[in-house]
Amino acid sequence: MSVDTSKVADTNAGTAATPKKPGKAGVVANWADERLGLGTLMKKNLRKVFPDHWSFMLGEIALWSFVVLLLSGVFLTLWYTPSMGEVEYQGSYNPLRGVEMSEAMASTLRLSFDVRGGLLMRQMHHWAAMLFIASMMIHLLRVYFTGAFRKPRELNWVIGSLLLLLGTLEGFTGYSLPDDLLSGTGIRAADGFMKSMPVVGTYMSFFLFGGEFPGEAIIPRLYTVHVLLIPGILLALIAAHMLLLVYHKHTQWPGPGRTEENVVGFPMLPVYAAKAGGFFFIVFGVSALMGGLLSINPVWKFGPYDPTKVTAGSQPDWYMGWPDGLLRIMPGWESHFWGVTLSWNVFIPIIVMPGLMFTILLMLPFIESWVTGDKRDHHLLQRPRNAPTRTAVMVALMTFYGLAWIAGGNDIIAIKLHLSINQITYFIRAAIFVGPVIAFLITRRWCISLQRHDEQKLLHGYETGIIMRSAEGGYSERHLPVNEAEAYTLTAREREEVWTPGDRTDANGVPAKRGRLDGLRGKLSTLMYADNVQPVTKEELEAAHHHADHEHELQASLEGQPADGHQFNGHHAVDGEDLRGDH
Amino acid sequence: MSIDHDQDVTRAERSDNVPAIPDPGLPEHTWRPTDVDERLAKRAERQVATLFGLSSVCVLLFLVSYFVLDVGDNHTTFAGFGASTVALGSTLGGALLFIGIGIIQWARKLMGDHEISEMRHPARSSDEDRAATLEALALGAEESGIGRRPLVRNSLLGAVGLLGLPAIVMLRDLGPLPGDKLYHTVWEKGMRVVRDVVGTPINKADLEIGDLVNAEPEIVFAVDEEGEHVLEGVELQVAKSKAAVILLRMDPSDITPAKGRENWSVDGIVCYSKICTHVGCPISLNERKTHHLLCPCHQSTFDLADSGKVVFGPAARSLPQLPLMVDEEGFLVAQSDFTEPVGPSFWERG
Repeated sequence: MSVDTSKVADTNAGTAATPKKPGKAGVVANWADERLGLGTLMKKNLRKVFPDHWSFMLGEIALWSFVVLLLSGVFLTLWYTPSMGEVEYQGSYNPLRGVEMSEAMASTLRLSFDVRGGLLMRQMHHWAAMLFIASMMIHLLRVYFTGAFRKPRELNWVIGSLLLLLGTLEGFTGYSLPDDLLSGTGIRAADGFMKSMPVVGTYMSFFLFGGEFPGEAIIPRLYTVHVLLIPGILLALIAAHMLLLVYHKHTQWPGPGRTEENVVGFPMLPVYAAKAGGFFFIVFGVSALMGGLLSINPVWKFGPYDPTKVTAGSQPDWYMGWPDGLLRIMPGWESHFWGVTLSWNVFIPIIVMPGLMFTILLMLPFIESWVTGDKRDHHLLQRPRNAPTRTAVMVALMTFYGLAWIAGGNDIIAIKLHLSINQITYFIRAAIFVGPVIAFLITRRWCISLQRHDEQKLLHGYETGIIMRSAEGGYSERHLPVNEAEAYTLTAREREEVWTPGDRTDANGVPAKRGRLDGLRGKLSTLMYADNVQPVTKEELEAAHHHADHEHELQASLEGQPADGHQFNGHHAVDGEDLRGDH
Repeated sequence: MSIDHDQDVTRAERSDNVPAIPDPGLPEHTWRPTDVDERLAKRAERQVATLFGLSSVCVLLFLVSYFVLDVGDNHTTFAGFGASTVALGSTLGGALLFIGIGIIQWARKLMGDHEISEMRHPARSSDEDRAATLEALALGAEESGIGRRPLVRNSLLGAVGLLGLPAIVMLRDLGPLPGDKLYHTVWEKGMRVVRDVVGTPINKADLEIGDLVNAEPEIVFAVDEEGEHVLEGVELQVAKSKAAVILLRMDPSDITPAKGRENWSVDGIVCYSKICTHVGCPISLNERKTHHLLCPCHQSTFDLADSGKVVFGPAARSLPQLPLMVDEEGFLVAQSDFTEPVGPSFWERG
């Protein structure tokens, strides 16, 4: 194996290439650099290091699907007419010919049936929107579960959460535009939501619709919001998200040679650029395949919007499902006082709850750092098991979300599974309170036992699955030590300290004044850390090794026995090994 | 702040924060088969080029599909699908995927795969930079005199703050004020109840017990002397969205009329608003045996035999009932408009 390794870089600290006489490209580069000074900027970033892990790709899916959305969306605007003016449809789709409908619906049908590739682009746009929101959610979970939101990245968490919120609103405005029966039903429900708001509700509804529902203003207004206002903000926030990512440098998993102080991975040019760039084509290609092969939102089947009609099984797009589910399980409470009406049954699930959930989401990094008192920078990721309470909090939130989402499909579940819709609803009314608590407790204990398992593995080796019988007839399982890299990775995490209210003193040694929330903070910190398994210390490790040596002595008499089988444990080559020796 | 900072130092300095096992350092780089075997590298090169070639083939097929397959009145079908969309989607998808897979294959097999290491730097600026920035800010504030001349500062703040008012006031014309619009519908005394879609009046004898009819006020279909619709466009949509009703005929003995509503039904025929009092979906799922009406949006269920009371689900208020009678020709007509606002609750409703 003779390889020329002289040209392989293993760091970015190299000597600059000697300038040669510039070629044609050089002339262009010189022209640009003299005006833009790109050289300095690019020197820093062309070989910027990005660590490699499959889970770092989730955010990329969101980024690239947004690009697909921009491209396919521009195509759609060339034919779509955002108008509620009534026309008689005379296009190619027979069943609706001669039917009165809005220009928005008619132009959507024209796009679907009379423009080559129009339906493809419509469906690509809708599928890419699904990918966009789904990948943002999964990316958010990844960032949370691995602790990548910690200092200095809290603001990027906030930006990411805003992106998710805006993406959801963008999705809602988008699927409202065709003005078909389903989307009109959604807008009508939104009108009901607004009217539930105290004091301003009725006015908001009249101002948004330009009069009474449905009016003729809502589609053009939503169109402007959908193609200009929200995408503009999204674009700006995505740019900020990326810039902060580059500035902070990506987080990485701990491992041999990967520390808080460095970042190890492939350079941006060529490997990362190629992989990320190639991945753009893959996301684009998958969207195109989905758009071509999987039908989505067939508006011609729903027909144009008619305020007196509705279809059974009306469902919003899936990401709107959870507030819709809360709306379904909410008891019918309404208060009348001082001559006004307050519809708790609508106001709480659809106005208060999404706002509350979003606020909780935004606050998570700040709550955690307040509870733990941890104000240090963190660039190494944590496994979810190593932050049991954090993991349990998110699983509890996911359980809440999931139950609410299931409630949003209670009619479909009742029909498909032949269940009573009333019983499903009663069940979820209780489960939405109990479920997250159970999920929290189970997840937290589960994580802690996984931590114990890791500790066992480190101290006593991994279980080989080989059962040995001693001469006395006793059985024992053979443990073998984990390799050095894995052992290091298991120990490479920080010792956690429960925050206690008493131990703070200022620079002069004067005890700090006890804050009002200090008691709560101490309790939460105990909940957060006290039960966790801390990384093993040098002493524990030495003691365990000593113990293991002793055990090996006991097992020494068994070495070389036929069919002991441990040579097949995958830790060394088995060429030439026989299961039954010649003993 | 300083307190936390002090704590940081002690934490960072704790010796037991050092991992029990020393960092073995980055593992040895392992060479890929394509690094050491020129033959395999050439093969990977051919693979990548083939993938790019396949992409070009897909683009050609895309162009052929675009021009050959018809859309519109007489579209080409394939397995029940519009062939154009399927073919364009598959070929475009293929063209993009082959490029993507090719580039990634190139990166994995042929590009250098040495992981390199880079040092991190704290996000915070250095103390000197902070000091310089603060100094510059202080200098700027000093030279502007913003601290020394509160009159200038406060009047500017006031002026800029007031600029918000035009921005808010300008939105006033987004829509008219609600007024009493939500309290009324187009129903009035003597207006016929007609079938939706076709617009024919309904004779009470037309309905059997258990029949449910989606109905609307006659004015929705009315035309004037010149043959023009009385209600058109927005007006028509607004009228329909509030005035749609449900007619149901049941055994008169099943009905428990509320006080004051004893004469609102005609021979067991009752008429209720079709607009859900929850968030305003049109209700249409009727359970014949129980005369319960279920809203398909959020499953609020109303009992039409008992003044439209809510029996299940998130709605808080009964469905408004339209008082019915028959005109001299025996057709069902309204006694008056609804006696309460239809549709979802709102703040001013009382």
